[in-house]
Parts: sequence; structure tokens; C-alpha cells
Amino acid sequence: MTDLQEVPVGEFKHLVSERALRGETMLLNMGPQHPSTHGVLRLVLELDGETIVNCIPDIGFLHTGIEKNMEAKTYVKAEVMTDRLDYMNNMGNNLAYVMAVEKLVELDVPPRAQALRVILTELQRIASHLVWLGTMGLDLAAMSMFLYCFRERELILDIFELVSGQRMMVTYFRPGGVWRDVPVEFEKAVRDFIKIFPRRVDEYEQLLTRNPLFLDRVVKIGVLDGATALQHGVTGPMLRASGVNWDLRKARPYSGYEQYDFNVPVLTQGDTQARYLVRVQEMRESLKIVEQALNKLPMGPFTSDNRKFVPPPRSELGVSMEALIHHFKLWTEGFPAPDADVYSAVESPRGELGVLLAGDGGPKPRRVHWRTPSFGNLTVVPKIVRGHLVADLVAILASTDIVLGDIDR
Amino acid sequence: MDKRLEAIVETLKERHAASLEESRGEVHVLLTRDAIIAALTLARDAHQFELLSTMTAIDYWPQTSPRFHVIYQLSSLANNVTLQFRVPVDEHEAPLPTASGVYEAANWREREIAEMFGITFDGHPDPRPLMLPHDMEGHPLRRDFPLGYEEPQFTFNYEEIDLRKPYAKE
Repeated sequence: MTDLQEVPVGEFKHLVSERALRGETMLLNMGPQHPSTHGVLRLVLELDGETIVNCIPDIGFLHTGIEKNMEAKTYVKAEVMTDRLDYMNNMGNNLAYVMAVEKLVELDVPPRAQALRVILTELQRIASHLVWLGTMGLDLAAMSMFLYCFRERELILDIFELVSGQRMMVTYFRPGGVWRDVPVEFEKAVRDFIKIFPRRVDEYEQLLTRNPLFLDRVVKIGVLDGATALQHGVTGPMLRASGVNWDLRKARPYSGYEQYDFNVPVLTQGDTQARYLVRVQEMRESLKIVEQALNKLPMGPFTSDNRKFVPPPRSELGVSMEALIHHFKLWTEGFPAPDADVYSAVESPRGELGVLLAGDGGPKPRRVHWRTPSFGNLTVVPKIVRGHLVADLVAILASTDIVLGDIDR
Repeated sequence: MDKRLEAIVETLKERHAASLEESRGEVHVLLTRDAIIAALTLARDAHQFELLSTMTAIDYWPQTSPRFHVIYQLSSLANNVTLQFRVPVDEHEAPLPTASGVYEAANWREREIAEMFGITFDGHPDPRPLMLPHDMEGHPLRRDFPLGYEEPQFTFNYEEIDLRKPYAKE
């Protein structure tokens, strides 16, 4: 097998135990092309028999220079890069980015657009958790989970295709609102999903939650305490499974989250099972938010009418000279943003997704930095896998729900 | 400014001669390189800033003094506030002290800043590059680093470009 091979101690001298230098333990290479590393993650494992002594992650195989690329584009054109960061959370990345832009240029968003954003990001959260659940099942040899989860995820992607024309690379949220208003079929599609989905979550839980084979692999595996998690910058469901009640949707409500009634599941065990339970519960809570937001979806404009930042509708171009000028200016030069820095964060399915956006007075950003949640969540993995078996590493890694596009950027 | 931030900001002003910037509801505290570790420790231990959300740098090129700002974005869960520390750095200055002893999260972030901006950190436990290959030259996120591109090869110029195209070394 080429995926698992022994590696020389060489560059890892300062990171391994002394026994590795004496040749008593073995350094084994896992990845970057290994199905249970969820992408292209390379792990160098120091093994004593099958027990992990040290784990050294090696990242960067998916580094695509997204931050650098965004500096070369105008604020609106740079948004297409955000879909490609964390490819399981496209709507959420769009939201984090447009909120940073709106904060930088001080642009208001109408209530309808805010509610649509909430509905779609919460659907995205469910879709993301479904992929996590499916692949976690796959890693722990529950093949059928993957098929069931992808069946439901497809329904959500159909809704995305309905509103944006794209299944994944949506770029649907724009600074000031959303790209277009949702079509009339939207409400029925979401209602259908709300109707069938709770039963489907019950089905997943029947398959896994009390399954003894599953429990053997997850209970008391990879225990993480809250203080260590915070030290390493761990956020999101992984932090909440370690007993820290911290959710940006509750703590610093954005986009109208304060109007919706939902719970933040928190567990204290901090093991792989707790991370599983928190995410499954989160899917149900997200569905509650979707339903509430859809019930009181306000009518009105779907985007801001501030023509310095938001292009006019197509219908005005033929009749209004001003609209034509705005259209031309916004799509060629773009809008200028002040020379200031903002940091704005949202709760993505994996944790705190922050954007540090620095304008330079011109139409392109000086710097866009992404504080991606998977990055922090991966740094703690070496700590919690120590003393476990290689098979447990697979379970722990699955429960951290890393996305390499999110880590490497 | 948020009332919950006043205590720490006053202490930082007194002890470390910090200066303050406020914009869009955010508080940025400018500190010197010598004061940053003490300030981070103070924030963590005395003012419950448990989480170093992120750490990065901004390149203000063509401005050279200071050319960079190294940014520490802190978050307090107990008080629900955020605070940003900034350290101005020039291009050929001595390394900054590492913050990985205060916040473990700074470890990988500092490795990233070192390879992307060429700002080095003194006393870092693992100074290998994080994402870029070991033989990478230059620091890609600096503003004077060109955004590279590859020449497209067509049938009429395939061989001409192939000759000068860099390939991975055998």
C-alpha cells in the first residue's frame, strides 16, 4: 500500500519521543491520499505497535491561495472565491464574507434578505452535517448511512439550484442582500423538506445512536476538555460537545437570529459520541429555525437600493440613464471601500468562521484573512489521539468534521 | 467603547503605553513588540479572554514603516466581547516573541505568518513551514509578491513554452 508507509525521523526530530530516535517506535505515514482523512491531509504517526504515541499533521496540499486571489479582485468578484473555501458550507461562507463587506462599507440589508439568508444558511448547515454523518458512518463501517444522508442532502442542493442556479458554488448572497428574489416554488420545496426531514433524522438515529457496534467505536474515545479546546482555538459543535456553551448565533446574533427560538445543544462528555450527538441534535434545531423563518418571511425588497453598492435591476437599464451608469461602474470598476479594517464572524457548521477584511480606499481589498474553524479544530487532534489505536484516530478525525478546503484555503 | 473593555484597556495604557483605535464598534489596541506577551497573558489570566480567535498579519506595502501589522484577535466567552491587539513590524526587524506559550492556537498561526509574510517568531517550538513546500522562495501574501499565472499552451506554441516551463524536480 502506498498510502501507509514508513517515513524517516529526519525533519520531525523535535516532535517525536526519544524512543523514535532509538528506533523503538515506528513513524508511519497516513495520507495524503487516504479515504478517512476527508480530503488531502497527511498525518505522520509515531506508533508503538498499534498505539499512537504522537501524531503530526501535515497540511497545505489543498492550499490554493484564495486569500491572495481575493486581493486581486473587486469586492463583488472576490465573492466567488468564498464558495470554494469550505466546499460543504458555501452559503455560510457567502454570508461571512458579505457581512464583512457590509460592515466595512456600512451597508444596510432589508429584512427579507436577512430572513432568506438565515433559511439558506441553516439548510446549508443541515447539508453539511449530513455529509459529516454519512462520511462518519462510512469511516466506522456503516455503509448505508452514507447513501441515506446523501439522499436527503440532494433535496437541499435542489433547493439551492432553484434559488441560485447552482448546487454548490452558489454565490447567492451579495453585499446588500441576495442575488435575486426566490422563485415561487421555493416555499413548497422547503416545506416539503421540513415535512420529511424529522422522520429521516429519527431513521439515522435508529441506525447509529444505540447501535452497540457504533458505541464501541465512539464512547470515551478522544476525550477533549473545554479548557484545552479553547486554548487550541476549537469552536463550534466540537467545543459544545466539551461542555462550553458558545454559539455565535446566540451570543452575538447577526442577520436576525435573535428573532428565532432555538436551543444550542451542549454536552459535557467531550468524546466522539458527544460530538456525534451534538451535531445530530443541531440538525433538528436548524430545521426549527428554517420553519420559523419561513413562516414569518417578510415581503419587501430582497436587496438594498443603495446604488453606490448594489447594481440596479436589469429592467431599469433600458429606461434610466443613471441606472446604466451605475451598472457600468459597478461591474467594471466596482465600489470603493474605506481604508479601514473589520473583523466579522458567523457560526458555520464547524465553528467560528471569521473574516478579517482590510480595505485600502480603492475597489479591491488590501487583505482578506479567513479565520476558518477547521483550522483550529485540527490543531487539537494530535493532543486527543495520544494513547488511542489507529482505528480510533479514524473515528476521532471523522468526529472533528474537518474540511481541507477550509484549513488550507 | 464597551464598558466591559474599559478595565483592560486602562491597564494596557498604563503599563504598556498602548494606543487605541476604534472603528465600527471594534477596539484595536496598538502595542509594542516587547509588551505583546505580557499583554496577552494579562488578557488571558486577568480578563477572561479565553480564545485567540485568529492571528494574522496585514501588509501595508508600499508603506515601509511600519510595513506590517501583526494582529491578535481575542474573544472573551465569559464577557462576550472581542478585542484586537496589533503590533507594528518593519520588514527587516528582529523576530517577534512567540505567543504559542500563552495561547496554543498561536502555534500554527505563527507558522503560517512566517511563511506567508516572512515575519519570524523567536522561541517558536516548531518553526517548519506549515502549508508551502520547503523549497518555496518568497512570501506569497506580501503585497509585492506577484500573483502568478501559467501561460496556456496551445498546439502552435506548446514546445516553445514547454522548454522554459518549470517542472517539479525529479
